[in-house]
Amino acid sequence: MKTVAGKERLLLTGNYAAAYAARDADVDVVSAYPITPQTTVIEKIADFIASGELNAKFVRVESEHSAMAALIGASSVGARTFTATSAQGLLYMYEVVWWASGARLPIVMGLVTRALGPPWSIWSEHTDFYTMRDSGWNLFFASNAQEVYDLLLISYGVSENQEVVLPSCVGWDAFEVSHTYEPVSVLGREEASRFLPPKGSFKPSLSSEEPGSLGNLAYPPEYLDIRHTMRQASDKVLGVFREAAVRYAKLTGRDYSGMYECYRCEDADTIIVGMGSIMGEAYRAVDNLRDEGMKVGALKLWVYRPFPYEELYKAVQNVDTIVTVSRSSVFGSMSPIGLDFASLIASRGLDAKIADYVAGVGGMDVYAEDFVGMVKDAHKNTGRNVWWVR
Amino acid sequence: MSGSAVKLLARPTVGAVSAGSWRTERPVVDMSKCKLCGVCWLYCPDGVIEIDDEKKMLKIDYDYCKGCGVCAQECPFKAISMVREG
Amino acid sequence: MSHRMFPKEEYILKGHAACPGCGATLLLRHVLKALGPNTYLVIPACCTSVIAGPHPRSAFKVPVLHIAFAASAAAASGMIEALDKLGKPANVVVWAGDGGTVDIGIQALSGAAERGHNIIYICYDNEAYMNTGIQKSGSTPYKAWTTTTPTGNVSFKKDVPSIMVSHRVPYVATINPAYPNDIYEKLRKAQGIKDGLKYIHAFSPCPPGWRYDSSLTVKIARLAVETGIWVLYEVDHGKFRLTGPSKNLLDKDKRKPVKEYLKLQGRFAHLREEDIEEIQRLVDAQWESIAKLLKEQE
Repeated sequence: MKTVAGKERLLLTGNYAAAYAARDADVDVVSAYPITPQTTVIEKIADFIASGELNAKFVRVESEHSAMAALIGASSVGARTFTATSAQGLLYMYEVVWWASGARLPIVMGLVTRALGPPWSIWSEHTDFYTMRDSGWNLFFASNAQEVYDLLLISYGVSENQEVVLPSCVGWDAFEVSHTYEPVSVLGREEASRFLPPKGSFKPSLSSEEPGSLGNLAYPPEYLDIRHTMRQASDKVLGVFREAAVRYAKLTGRDYSGMYECYRCEDADTIIVGMGSIMGEAYRAVDNLRDEGMKVGALKLWVYRPFPYEELYKAVQNVDTIVTVSRSSVFGSMSPIGLDFASLIASRGLDAKIADYVAGVGGMDVYAEDFVGMVKDAHKNTGRNVWWVR
Repeated sequence: MSGSAVKLLARPTVGAVSAGSWRTERPVVDMSKCKLCGVCWLYCPDGVIEIDDEKKMLKIDYDYCKGCGVCAQECPFKAISMVREG
Repeated sequence: MSHRMFPKEEYILKGHAACPGCGATLLLRHVLKALGPNTYLVIPACCTSVIAGPHPRSAFKVPVLHIAFAASAAAASGMIEALDKLGKPANVVVWAGDGGTVDIGIQALSGAAERGHNIIYICYDNEAYMNTGIQKSGSTPYKAWTTTTPTGNVSFKKDVPSIMVSHRVPYVATINPAYPNDIYEKLRKAQGIKDGLKYIHAFSPCPPGWRYDSSLTVKIARLAVETGIWVLYEVDHGKFRLTGPSKNLLDKDKRKPVKEYLKLQGRFAHLREEDIEEIQRLVDAQWESIAKLLKEQE
């Protein structure tokens, strides 16, 4: 058996970083179905198992619906679990994605975000990620390979917390993050275990010693009671995340406890808000606009659900214009991030205006020039709700 | 189960529903014909039949017997008859 | 004395929500007695989802995972692997209806069978989607009435046990609630086989769905075997063997006419003489195939 490597700095793709996170989290059961561009996640995990670096069961299921169902079965008896998927795979899995959160199971999933067909696409969009918005899953978004690794480990810390017991999903962009090599600091099994909840500390839902039945038919009062309790657990997530991120920062020096990263936001009157790897270009746009004398900042969300209203309020309370940019094909309303920030502004009685854009559809690159264009467009026409089409 | 997730678990309980109130007929045993063979016990879908070999008694739990009539039908000695309730 | 020959402990508690005379619950009662309390049940959407009792009361004295309709075999796959990894051996048993097995659940079942998980998959076959009100399933027999085949089903019952045999699983068997000895033998045997998926197909008479007086459940189950419509058999590591009374029914004269089974059920009340004759021919043909298979096996 190969000795598990310790702390290392490696050149990894986002997908490999995810596999290293599963390895260092010492997961018990992995179940997955291949889909581009997730495949290298599960291939790497298969290698770890074959070499003995990871002692896990890999259930090579015949569909994504079965992948999540297998993890529900495994997690219900106390196993630490992991899966990954994309786009169509997530949608095929969708019914049991909601079952997993309703069943209060601490499953962790990686989502390599990809545009939905038809037409077929393998490139990045966050539309699949947003379908999980209301499901009760904790939703985090990584913009580079290091963040993939870190947020997945933090996910176990959040999901397995006794006050939470809800599944978590980390999203990252197809190809731009999933297949791009970057330097990543990995903790190794031993260091990671200093952060993670101890294996076996999680009491399984089901055991033959204390038989119980998970999911019986519930009349309205009982259903309300169960779901309301779930809502109360969801309300605890941000506090638990903050605490877990602080502990993680002590161990690694990388601090996610703010729930977002703000680039030059402090005195900004205009803030670009988005998620994922396109924010790198947003930061360049901020620099360009600052050179022109404009007071612009960019806010990159790490925590998407539960939506961190209080934390984000601090960032936008003195801002005039919020330029929300979602990488999602949405129809019939503002983009997801636009809607979320509109709810923040309205519920807090803020004066800020929103200009909402959809960009990066189907994997279109979003350049600094595009963000500059959006900001200038927003200043001319607030109340925008348009797709940015080059 | 960890934390508030325990709310989701239903626990083994006799009388999950008040099944006895469903009946329109009830099985009545003629102990003079009953040989305590146990066939009724074997085929009762509700497990409401108990056989006491010492007291030579067949006991039916009428709180949960649904009056399906399988016991009466299967009894090899025709010791059970279905009698209208009420 | 039956009550002394079989295990006394009940794992289905009195006061469950099954219909009076429910064949499925009678089956499960004996399945759990045979397997014992270290048994995890995985139950997809089906009648038993409701029979289990309304939250927070469970009618089952074993751990139960309710799961979405299509997913039972997959959930059971993950569960057994987890229990194995965690060092907690136990029986993992899928208890699924025919709809959740032969139709919406067949993909997951096929996958689980191919991967060879150490689970027991039991399909209790009441031959229609009963929990939703008697709609036709892939397991509904030829010419049966259902709410979606009001003039009689035009297709034939999907033969899932054969599909399982062709997956080369180590054990496939049929059981029937009129024959508890056969149930115990087969479940105990299945429990002892660890090298793959064990598939059990169970005959499950349903009073409201098949339209008969609830007292006749066991009688109808018995007639199904005696007429040759339901064959009691097992395929143990590829070897086919008739069991119980089916062993003696290769001779057509020993089989009761199918009419005796059909006439007791309202779902077959619309059958004309020629329909009954056709069904009789089909059953006889089935037994010819069995005879041929047994000969080839020698």
